[in-house]
Parts: sequence; structure tokens; C-alpha cells
Amino acid sequence: MYTQALDSPAAGADEASEERERLERFQARIDRDEKIEPKDWMPEAYRQTLIRQIAQHAHSEIVGMLPEGNWITRAPSLRRKAVLIAKVQDEGGHGMYLYSAAETLGVARGELIEQLLSGRAKYSSIFNYPTLTWADIGAIGWLVDGAAIMNQVPLCRCSYGPYARAMVRICKEESFHQRQGYELMLTLARGSEDQHAMAQDALNRWWWPSLMMFGPSDAHSVHTAQSMRWKIKRFTNDELRQKFIDVTVPQAEYLGLTVPDPDLHWNEASQHYRFGEINWSEFQAVLKGEGPCNRERLEARRAAHENGRWVREAAAAYAAKHQGPARAMKAGAGALS
Amino acid sequence: MNEDWVLYEVFIRSRSGLEHKHVGSLHAADARMAIEHARDAYTRRQEGVSIWVVPSSEIIASDPGEADALFEPARDKVYRHPTFYVIPDEVKNI
Repeated sequence: MYTQALDSPAAGADEASEERERLERFQARIDRDEKIEPKDWMPEAYRQTLIRQIAQHAHSEIVGMLPEGNWITRAPSLRRKAVLIAKVQDEGGHGMYLYSAAETLGVARGELIEQLLSGRAKYSSIFNYPTLTWADIGAIGWLVDGAAIMNQVPLCRCSYGPYARAMVRICKEESFHQRQGYELMLTLARGSEDQHAMAQDALNRWWWPSLMMFGPSDAHSVHTAQSMRWKIKRFTNDELRQKFIDVTVPQAEYLGLTVPDPDLHWNEASQHYRFGEINWSEFQAVLKGEGPCNRERLEARRAAHENGRWVREAAAAYAAKHQGPARAMKAGAGALS
Repeated sequence: MNEDWVLYEVFIRSRSGLEHKHVGSLHAADARMAIEHARDAYTRRQEGVSIWVVPSSEIIASDPGEADALFEPARDKVYRHPTFYVIPDEVKNI
């Protein structure tokens, strides 16, 4: 095909104008708020952008199980332990929904896992911070899941159908995550002096990394403009960050805790909180793998993958022995009619 | 890299009396594992009373490129809908 195109420039020009028309028709569909489904034609750049974003999102859910899983055995009561297990299980589930959505774009699951384990894939910077005390579990639910909800609710209207549907499911479950975190913080904040101090310390450490979760400021965001045009994103990073701060500061006040930002103040004219400068060099360093826990997180994922290998192999061998995707539930055969 | 397990599509009946509805997909080594994974992934909050799993490769789908040929013919047949017919208000029970 390639040499042919070189031989006949006329045909090449035709192809180019055809491609342009296809792109225009695609953008028109997006502008009409139509959803794009897996088998529909889409520009390669749209496909690649979605694969990158959905995969990063999936990886974040999977790595996100680690900082909280760290506290399951040390939860202070059976109730808290049951809640934390349910939450961590949800995060794993969210990763599965998202990997499935990414696969509808033609990338293999194994390839995505490989990218994560080899360190080539990115995931949210927030999960490279350590969970030092029990209060961190509250701060993560309240702030980290709160920030995630802010990001994810608009994604329910994303132009790509499978991603939007996965996000609807995730957002329904995410609300419990944030509320259990806030309840935990409230309990500590109203507890003994030591417990109150522990809650304040957690807020001090998680506040700024939570703000960084929204990504670089609009001026420095490489993908924002195109993603907005494709309706993959509906709001810019800075818009969402501002929204998060506006709803979260009063929640901190109710807890009787202080947001660790001396520049934070209410601006009557704009009806928004103004806040101090974010340490972007810290953000870049954590993304590049120099955060406090980057190595530990990847090592934990690799170990989980390696330690589970024999289980996967045994399951595959069992399935092969019983002839592939055998109908394990014979009674169900014909049920579709 | 390991070969991925078979991809299954998952359908859930949310309560008896309703139809099974597509909810997503997952990988499993065999059908029983697919049912068990579907239980864990898609029904953690009582979302279902019954699960179907189907190997994705077994699903035959229409081609979006043929959508016009398939569905266009129905577009100008409004007389297939009850609201096409004007019945005087005095006539009851119709």
C-alpha cells in the first residue's frame, strides 16, 4: 500500500481528503454528544489517548490498594476492618472495570499489566506516599477519594461509551469510600488530644499531595485542550482543583482541623478560596519515580504477580484438561433463547 | 508475558422478573471461574440474582458501517406506532 501511494500521488491526495472527512464526521458526532462505541471508527490519536488515560486510571486503582491494605491487619475494631477490606476490594474491582474498558480499544490485558510491572506506565502520584498512622486511612478516604470523585463524576459523561459506563459504576461505589473516611476523621478529631493531633498530622501530610492529584496546572497540561475537544475531559485540571478546595475547606473546619496552607483564604469577589503555590517540582519528582514509596509499590505489585503465577498456571492447566472454556454449568446451556 | 485467559462478557439479572443485562467483561480460565469472578467484580452490593457469562469470541455483532442498511428502513414507517392514528376524543378505551 505504501509504495502504491508513492507511485500515484493522486490516490494519496484522495486518501488524505477522505481521512479529513472521516475526522470531521467523527468530531461532528462528538459535538452532537453522541457516544463512541468500540466498533465505531475513531481517529488513532483518540484511541491512543483513551488507552493511555484508562490504563493509568486502572493502574492507579490497583496500586491504590497497597497504602490502605497496609492497615487492614491493624484496624482498631472489627467494624473498621470490615469497612477497610470492603473498600480495598472495591479498588481492585474498579481496576478490573477499567482494564476491561481499555481492552475494548484493542489492547491486551497482559500488555497493560506488563507496562505497569516494568515501570513504563504511570499511575496517580498520590499512591507513592506512605500511610504512617491509622488517621491516614481516614485522610485517604476523605481527601484522596474526594479528589477522585471530583475527577470521576464528569468522566461519567465521557464520549467513549465503555469508559463512561465503567465510571458510572465506580462513582456509585466511591461515595461510600469518602464518607467512611470522613467519619473516621470525625471520630479522631472528637477523640482524645492525641487522636486529634493524629488527625491533624494526617491532614498536614495528605493535603498538598491531594491537590496534586488533579494534575499540572492548565498552562502546563499537554493533553487538556485536545481531550476537551474530544469530550474525554469536561473540565480542566485547575477548574476541578478549585472545586475540590471549595467543598473541602468547610469540611476541614467542621472537623476543627487546620488546612496546612498559610495563604488559604476566602475571596468574596470570586466566591472561591484562594490558595498557596503547589510544589510542582515535588509532583514531577514523584511522577518520575522519586516519591517516598515508588519502588516499594512496584516491588509489591511484582511480588504479587510472581507469587500468583503458579495459581494462574494451575487454573490454565485445569481448564485445558477440561477443554478450554468448558460449559461448567450445563443447566445454563440454552438459557439465552 | 503470559497468554491472557479467555475474555468473557458478563450479563446480570438484577432481580427476578427482569432480563439479564450486559455489565462488562472479565478474564477467566474457564466458565466456572468466570461466574465466580463475575460475582466478585459485578455483584458486591446485591446487584444481581443471576449471572450469564459468554466467551466474547462467541458474540456475533452487527457492523456499525451497516447501521444504515439495517436500521434506516424502519425510519419512515411511522404508521407502525399507535400515535400515527388520529382517533376522536369522544371514542373511549382505544
